[in-house]
Amino acid sequence: MAMTGVLRPGHAQIRVLDLEEGVHHYRDVMGLVETGRDAQGRVYLKCWDERDHNSVILRQADTAGLDFFAFKVLDEATLDELEKKLNDYGVKTERMPAGELLETGERVRFQIPTGHLIELYATKTAVGNGLQVENPAPWTKASENGIAPVRLDHCLLYGPNVAAVQKLFTEVLGFYLVERVLTPDGQGNVAIWLSCSHKVHDIAFVEHAEPGKLHHVSFMLESWEEVLRAGDIMSMHKVPIDIGPTRHGVTRGCTIYAWDPSGNRFETFMGGYQPYPDYEPTTWTFEGLGAGGGLDYPQRKLHETFLTVVS
Amino acid sequence: MVFKVCIAETGECFSGDPARSVLESMCQLGRRGIPKGCCGGACGVCKVEVLAGSYDVKPMSRCHVSAADQAAGCVLACRIFPRSDLELRVLGVMRSALLGQASTQ
Repeated sequence: MAMTGVLRPGHAQIRVLDLEEGVHHYRDVMGLVETGRDAQGRVYLKCWDERDHNSVILRQADTAGLDFFAFKVLDEATLDELEKKLNDYGVKTERMPAGELLETGERVRFQIPTGHLIELYATKTAVGNGLQVENPAPWTKASENGIAPVRLDHCLLYGPNVAAVQKLFTEVLGFYLVERVLTPDGQGNVAIWLSCSHKVHDIAFVEHAEPGKLHHVSFMLESWEEVLRAGDIMSMHKVPIDIGPTRHGVTRGCTIYAWDPSGNRFETFMGGYQPYPDYEPTTWTFEGLGAGGGLDYPQRKLHETFLTVVS
Repeated sequence: MVFKVCIAETGECFSGDPARSVLESMCQLGRRGIPKGCCGGACGVCKVEVLAGSYDVKPMSRCHVSAADQAAGCVLACRIFPRSDLELRVLGVMRSALLGQASTQ
């Protein structure tokens, strides 16, 4: 597959109710690397194996949740092209100036019908993953600190108008549908998993009356053993766990859902499979999400918090 | 020192450790009554009205608890720490916006 257009999730700006508690969680418990703080007081972090300057930005606020979620695109020409496509499709965009986020170029920001702010950008300073480019070692000290996921992988967002969001992401931004959950009447989708790559999801949505809500931001680990180790570390630090360790039927990811100190859910997961754009999407019935093991394959139940607890 | 936390409607009581949130104390004792959500002040499902008693608070999301709510004792059980015996009324519900269903845990 040629990787062009939208490449991958690039950053998530997360609101926290207490900044230093948030920093302690993401830096010391999750094991992300702190890479900077700006004049507004926002704290920038990245996963150890990510090359660009930041992927998680924490902002103290009086509400929890997600400010915006961004994707990196191939280059500046692609950014201009995608902005034009969005505008032609009827989506208003706003250019956030270079440097508004540390070490990050101009961002094209737009609101999607679920109420979330999405950004595209092409430029962010490559600070490397702590390994030399030539003849590198396979890992580094930073890869052994805390839970230490390798990357910000995807997010799951809750809001209204999921059908319109699916159309926007697939028709304008080049994503494709990997899996979906049908509405109880089988006529529409209540949940969609979208990919711009070879991953089972780069972003996912669940239909929800209230706009702009965050279900979780997800971080990737490389083995099931690391997921279990993440569970141990969460327990050592009394991180409240929502679900798992278990396996999702949807995407086949092996997962833990838990909450940061401000009640923003995050996921540590491994696995899944490698879809291609020509694959027929996997369909789960609404009952399949719970009793069919879509959410929790071993337990085959719809955990009550899944459709009710968001930030 | 532990305090007695009572849920007014059911008469159910449990021990409230001042070092733990009211919700955490309830869950650790395997008790139920207040819906359990994110445990961090974000989701609002554990909202209670404190009818009597004093407590410390940690910040909670203003989209669920306004300053007026907080002043009136309508707070999130996951963000309050008892400083005396407490009497509460449960306000929060687990509400699935998808299906319009609500249930208490």
